[in-house]
Amino acid sequence: MSGYNFAYLDEQTKRMIRRAILKAVAIPGYQVPFGSREMPLSYGWGTGGVQVTAAVIGPDDVLKVIDQGADDTTNAVSIRRFFARTTGVATTRRTDEATLIQTRHRIPETPLREGQIVVFQVPIPEPLRWLEPHEAETRKMHALEEYGIMHVRLYEDITLHGRVATSYDYPVRVNGRYVMRPSPIPKFDNPKLDRSPALLLFGAGREKRIYAVPPYTSVRSLDFEDHPFTIEAWEQACGLCGSRESFLDEVIVDDKGGRLFVCSDTDHCERRREGAR
Amino acid sequence: MYVAVKGGERAIEEAHRLLAEARRGDPAVAEITLDQIEQQLALAVDRVMTEGSLYDRELAALAIKQARGDLLEAILLLRAYRTTLPRFGVSEPLDTAAMVIRRRVSAIFKDLPGGQILGPTFDYTHRLLDFDLGNGHEERAASREPERAEAAIEPMPRVVNLLDREGLIETEEPPDAEAPVDDLTREPLRFPASRGMRLQNLARGDEGFLLALGYSTQRGYGRNHPFAGEIRLGAVEVEVVPAELGFGIAVAAIEVTECQMVNQFKGSASAPPQFTRGYGLVFGEAERKVMVMALVDRALRGRELGEEPQSPAQDEEFVLYHSDNVEASGFVQHLKLPHYVDFQSELVLVRNLRAERGVGPRP
Repeated sequence: MSGYNFAYLDEQTKRMIRRAILKAVAIPGYQVPFGSREMPLSYGWGTGGVQVTAAVIGPDDVLKVIDQGADDTTNAVSIRRFFARTTGVATTRRTDEATLIQTRHRIPETPLREGQIVVFQVPIPEPLRWLEPHEAETRKMHALEEYGIMHVRLYEDITLHGRVATSYDYPVRVNGRYVMRPSPIPKFDNPKLDRSPALLLFGAGREKRIYAVPPYTSVRSLDFEDHPFTIEAWEQACGLCGSRESFLDEVIVDDKGGRLFVCSDTDHCERRREGAR
Repeated sequence: MYVAVKGGERAIEEAHRLLAEARRGDPAVAEITLDQIEQQLALAVDRVMTEGSLYDRELAALAIKQARGDLLEAILLLRAYRTTLPRFGVSEPLDTAAMVIRRRVSAIFKDLPGGQILGPTFDYTHRLLDFDLGNGHEERAASREPERAEAAIEPMPRVVNLLDREGLIETEEPPDAEAPVDDLTREPLRFPASRGMRLQNLARGDEGFLLALGYSTQRGYGRNHPFAGEIRLGAVEVEVVPAELGFGIAVAAIEVTECQMVNQFKGSASAPPQFTRGYGLVFGEAERKVMVMALVDRALRGRELGEEPQSPAQDEEFVLYHSDNVEASGFVQHLKLPHYVDFQSELVLVRNLRAERGVGPRP
């Protein structure tokens, strides 16, 4: 696109963001403050993810953008177009073809591989935020590894509800040190974070934080020995491809309580249907 | 059968077309020009420049036109453009004592050197709709040329400096001229924030949010007994000192509004009883904004003055993290984006919790 630099951001800004990313990779799970810029899209629409993608994307990359697991949701379309316009890189819907995947709220079902980078859009980066609203305090708690408050919260859920009543953005411990928010992915996706061969980068634009999970890093969902972490399961299979292993969206098909369950990962679902043919 | 909710490029493109059509309105009505917006909706332009952190009347007018008059959207447009501009350097501090004054009032002295100048104010208008304005008889609304106060030849001293001579108000130490100036648009906020960072944040902060906070301090939530020491509006020169020259050059004249609040302070163990200050400065003409900015600035100085923070307006993180309407508007509105994956997870959880309690679906 004429008049703008490759991937929109100027090189100085990219360098500043890359420095923050390098620091984030060096300290897995630690939230690095960075000089987040105003982007030509609204905060909340993925400005953090877009800045991280813009800072790491190169002309040879193949980009995939998903929102809710799907390539064709409006904001995924809009972000993919933004990078297609500002970089001219190839885009894809196939997880296995992509070198760079920007995502909101899901991790693809197709296993990630070495060399891939996944960029997560993060609304609130601080895992302790609902427990302690002040940033100065939560930074101190991270520094002192003071996570008792989080365990107490999980314990209270168990005493009240018999289980941890958190279904997405479920807190994890990275590399045995920092407690981290995995962004609002369903807890179903949490196990995919653990020792992932891909580099996982998290960008929070409005909150001006970047954090990372380097490849093959341990990521444990917080739990108790007698209340181990579990993920969602469905009685139904995908109504389109028959998958029993993927995360299912529930679609209301009539006003009489009719439901259809389908894969949230549209690429995974299409591949399976192609394979069955 | 299930039809995928395909947003698709086409739907987005058509939405953009619909938006352009709605923006233009009835083509039989003349298109509004940027000059008209700049001249006749000047206060909207000023607000967009102030909260957009960019002094450019024409671009602000363009943003207002493009945003269909939604000022928060216009502010976002201007900010997104601003962020692509290179930064040449830092100007010298503005000398508002040398302002070419259009309005200057003080609520704490009946008269003072330089006098009180009402200028173009709504203050004593009767808020009666002027139907002449609406039916094209503007000349009747403004019957003759206004008489202006004679422009002061000498710089008009600031009221607080008069108090300063008596030691009645805290001295404001000029910051170290060599120290780098913080830039909120380049660095993330950290706490405790410097006063420079805080004032930058408040200057670009949402007028409505700050208005409510400032108002809350007047109603007892962090009361600090304010007096409007002085409000002045006018043009000031912006001066830069290029390193290769070593002396200052005026690069622009900009219009600003400044407010100095004077607040009671009973003193502490380390400071004698004296008045304290709250400060506000914004682009253009924005008196309400500059007054609440000064109220909130003073409320946030509680820690340095040994006051126990008890109210929202005194909570630095609460105020500075929530003042920005570009951030707030984006995050609130992002709830429109699809959240059906997280909602599905919640459905699974709530159904499980209900099943465990033995509650089934409604019969």
